[in-house]
Amino acid sequence: MKMLGSEAIIECLKREGVDLIFGYPGGAVLTLYDAIHKLQLPHILTRHEQGAVHAADGYARATGKTGVCFATSGPGGTNLVTGIANAYMDSVPIVAITGQVSVDLIGKDSFQEADICGITTPITKHNYLVKKPEELTRVLKEAFYIASTGRPGPVVVDVSKDVFNAVIDFEYPEEISLRGYSPVFAGEEESIDQLVEVMKKAKKPLIFVGGGVVLSDTSNELRKLTELTGFPVTTSIMGLGTIPSDDPNCLGMLGMHGTYVANMGAVDCDFLLGIGVRFDDRVTGLVKKFASNAYIAHMDIDKAEVNKNVLVDLKVVGDLKWSLPLLLDKIEKSNPEKYRENVKEWMTQIKEWQQEVPLPQTYPTTDEGILPEKIITEVSNITGGDATLVTDVGQHQMWAAQYSKFIKPRSFFTSGGLGAMGYGLPAAMGAKFGIPQEQVILFTGDGSIMMNCQELSTIADNDLPLKIIVLNNEVLGMVHQWQRMFYGGRYIHSTTKGKTDLVKLAEAMGVTAFRIEKEEELVAGLRKALIEIKGPVLVDIVIPQTANVLPMVPPGSRLDQMILGGKD
Amino acid sequence: MNRTLAVLTENKPGVLTHIAGLISRRSFNIESIAASYTEEPDMTRITIDVTVEDDVQLEQIINQLSKLIYVIKIVNLTDEDSITRELALIKVVADKHNRSELRNVVEIFRAKIIDVNRETVVIELTGHERKIDAFCEVLRDFGIIEIVRTGKIALSRGPLAAKDM
Ligand SMILES: Cc1ncc(C[n+]2csc(CCOP(=O)(O)OP(=O)(O)O)c2C)c(N)n1
Repeated sequence: MKMLGSEAIIECLKREGVDLIFGYPGGAVLTLYDAIHKLQLPHILTRHEQGAVHAADGYARATGKTGVCFATSGPGGTNLVTGIANAYMDSVPIVAITGQVSVDLIGKDSFQEADICGITTPITKHNYLVKKPEELTRVLKEAFYIASTGRPGPVVVDVSKDVFNAVIDFEYPEEISLRGYSPVFAGEEESIDQLVEVMKKAKKPLIFVGGGVVLSDTSNELRKLTELTGFPVTTSIMGLGTIPSDDPNCLGMLGMHGTYVANMGAVDCDFLLGIGVRFDDRVTGLVKKFASNAYIAHMDIDKAEVNKNVLVDLKVVGDLKWSLPLLLDKIEKSNPEKYRENVKEWMTQIKEWQQEVPLPQTYPTTDEGILPEKIITEVSNITGGDATLVTDVGQHQMWAAQYSKFIKPRSFFTSGGLGAMGYGLPAAMGAKFGIPQEQVILFTGDGSIMMNCQELSTIADNDLPLKIIVLNNEVLGMVHQWQRMFYGGRYIHSTTKGKTDLVKLAEAMGVTAFRIEKEEELVAGLRKALIEIKGPVLVDIVIPQTANVLPMVPPGSRLDQMILGGKD
Repeated sequence: MNRTLAVLTENKPGVLTHIAGLISRRSFNIESIAASYTEEPDMTRITIDVTVEDDVQLEQIINQLSKLIYVIKIVNLTDEDSITRELALIKVVADKHNRSELRNVVEIFRAKIIDVNRETVVIELTGHERKIDAFCEVLRDFGIIEIVRTGKIALSRGPLAAKDM
C-alpha cells in the first residue's frame, strides 16, 4: 500500500500495539502530526518535551509496554535528553521519535538542527538517523524490538523531514535480522546447580533484589524463593514492591537511606544473592567493604553488569524468567526444610536488629509542620498499599520509599539511577494515562515540582484524576540536609521560600488545590484529596525544614556506619 | 597490560560513533584503534588495543562493547596465536650529506624510501609497533618532520576467521 512516510510511522506504531503517544509538535514533524490525525492515533500534548518523555517513561513502567514520545528537531530533541538518560539508567523501554532537518540541510548548522543521535549515543540502548524512506519501517520494527527485549532501554529514531513526506510502499517487516543483537534468555544451567549448592550451606544469607525483578515480572518467583528458603530479602529503591512490606522476611530498602537491619545484614552476611540489581554506589556504600565476608552470587540478564561494581563469586547470566523458576525447581527437589533450619540463628539476629533500630526514625523537630513519615504512613493507611506511587527526587522520595506500605510490584516509580528532579509530575501523569483504573499518587517536593510544573496544565485539561502531594519544607530539603550534616549548616542557595504559592499555581492551571498546615487536619485532608474529590488534586502540606532522612550512610562509608538519629 | 581485540561490527553509519562514545564514556584506556573493510561487504573490522589493569577490567570492556547493537563479535587476539602489524610513514630531513647514512638505517630496519626530494625523504615501515618505535628513535638524529601511523592491526595465524572463532 502506498502512503507517506509519516503515515507509515503511525501504521508501524499501531502494529506494535501503541495506543498512546506523548509529544510536542514543531516544524520538522508537522507532517507526522498530520498523519496522527489522519490515522487517528491518540496523542497527549504535553507542555514541554521533557514532560512528554517522562510521561512515556511513567506510562511504560505502569503498563509494561513500550512508551512512545514525539518531538521536533533541534530544541525539541534536546529537551528530551534528561528523560532519555533517565529511562536509560532505569532500563525503561521507550521509543522516542524526533524530526530532523531535511537531508540536504543536515550538517549545515541549519535552523533547528541538532545532532540528536550524537547527543544521545551514550544514553540510549541504540539510536538511528533515518535518511532514506525505504529504511523507515525496518528501523521502527528494530527500534521496538531493541527497546523492549533483553534489558530494556530507550531507543531514539531521528527521522529526516523529507522521509515523512516521501511516498513509500508500506510493508511491515515480519522478521528482524540483527547479527549483533540476540537478547539472552536461557543461560548455563550448571550455574544454577552451583547456586543451589552454595545456598544449601548458607548460614547468614541475604537476598538483594532490584528493578530487574519488576521488569521481568518475577516477583511471584521471588516470593516463592523466600518462602521456601526462609532467606531474608532487602531491595534497592527500584526493587520496592517486589516483596510485600509486611512479609516477615522483608527487611526494607538497602543502602544510603536503607533500614538499619538491611544495612547491618549486608555487612554481616555470609552469602549475598543479588537478583536483577546493578550494585549502584548508593546501595553499596564503600564498595570494597560491601558484603566483604560473603560469597556473592549475581543473577542478571545483562552480563556487563556482572563484576562491574562488585566482584562476584558466581554469575548466573540469563533472563530471570528462565533462572528463577529453574532455581525454585531445584530447591524444591533438594529438601527445602534444611535451608530454614540453617538460618534460624541468623533470623534471630535479624529480628534483634529490627527491634534495636526500627523505622520510624525521624525525630520530632522544633519547627512547625507535620512530620513527613506521618504523611506517608497516613496515605498508606488510606490506600492499604493498593496504589501506584510516583516520586520526585529528594528527601520526600526517600521518605516515600521508607514508609510506604507495598503489596505489589510495579507500584513505585522513581528516578532511581539518574535522580532527576522534575521526573515526578510528568511520570505520574503518564502512569495515570496508562492505568486509569488505578489510584496514582505523586509525592513531590516544592523544589522538584517546579521543574516540570507546566504539566499541571496537561493534567487539568485532560481531567486526569492524579493525586499530587507536595511535602513542602520551603527548602531544597536533601541539599539542606547535606549542608546541615557536612557543610557546617551553611545553607547556601538551598531555600525556596519566596512569593510562590503552589496552591494558587495549581489553581491557575486548573487543578484543584488546598493546603494542610496542622496535623489534626491531615487525615481528613488526605481523604478529601484521595477519595472525595474525583478529579486532579494538589495538596500542599507544610512539613518542618530540619527533618532529616535517616538512617544515613555518609558517602564513602561502610553500610553499618550509619548516622541513626538525634537532633543535629 | 595490553590486550588486542578484534571487534567485528556491521558496516553501518554511526558504528564508530557508538564505539568511540562507549570508550570515552566508560573511560577505557585505548592505545590504538584501526577500522577497515573486510572480506564481507557488510562487515567492518576494528582492531582495538587496550590497556587494562586485570582480566576483570578486560571482561568489562568486552561485555560493554558486545552490548552495542552493531557489534557482531569480539575476539581477544591476545589469547590466540596472532600476528600484529602497524604501518608508519615518516618524513625525515635528508640532504646530500646524510642521505647515504639514512639509507643504511633504512636498510637495517627493512624499511623503504618511497619519496625523495632535495631536502626530505618519506620512509615507509611496516612491522610490530616496537620496531616502529625503535626506528623513529634512530631517525630522530636525522630530524623527523612528521610521522603518521595506522595503529595496530591483528590477525590470528590459524585457519579460522575471527567471525568463526
Ligand atoms: C535536575 C536536578 N537538579 C539538582 C538535583 C540535586 N538535588 C537533589 S535533591 C534536591 C532537593 C530537592 O528538593 P525538593 O524537591 O524540594 O525535595 P525535598 O528534598 O525537600 O523533599 C536537589 C537540588 C537533582 N537531583 N536533580
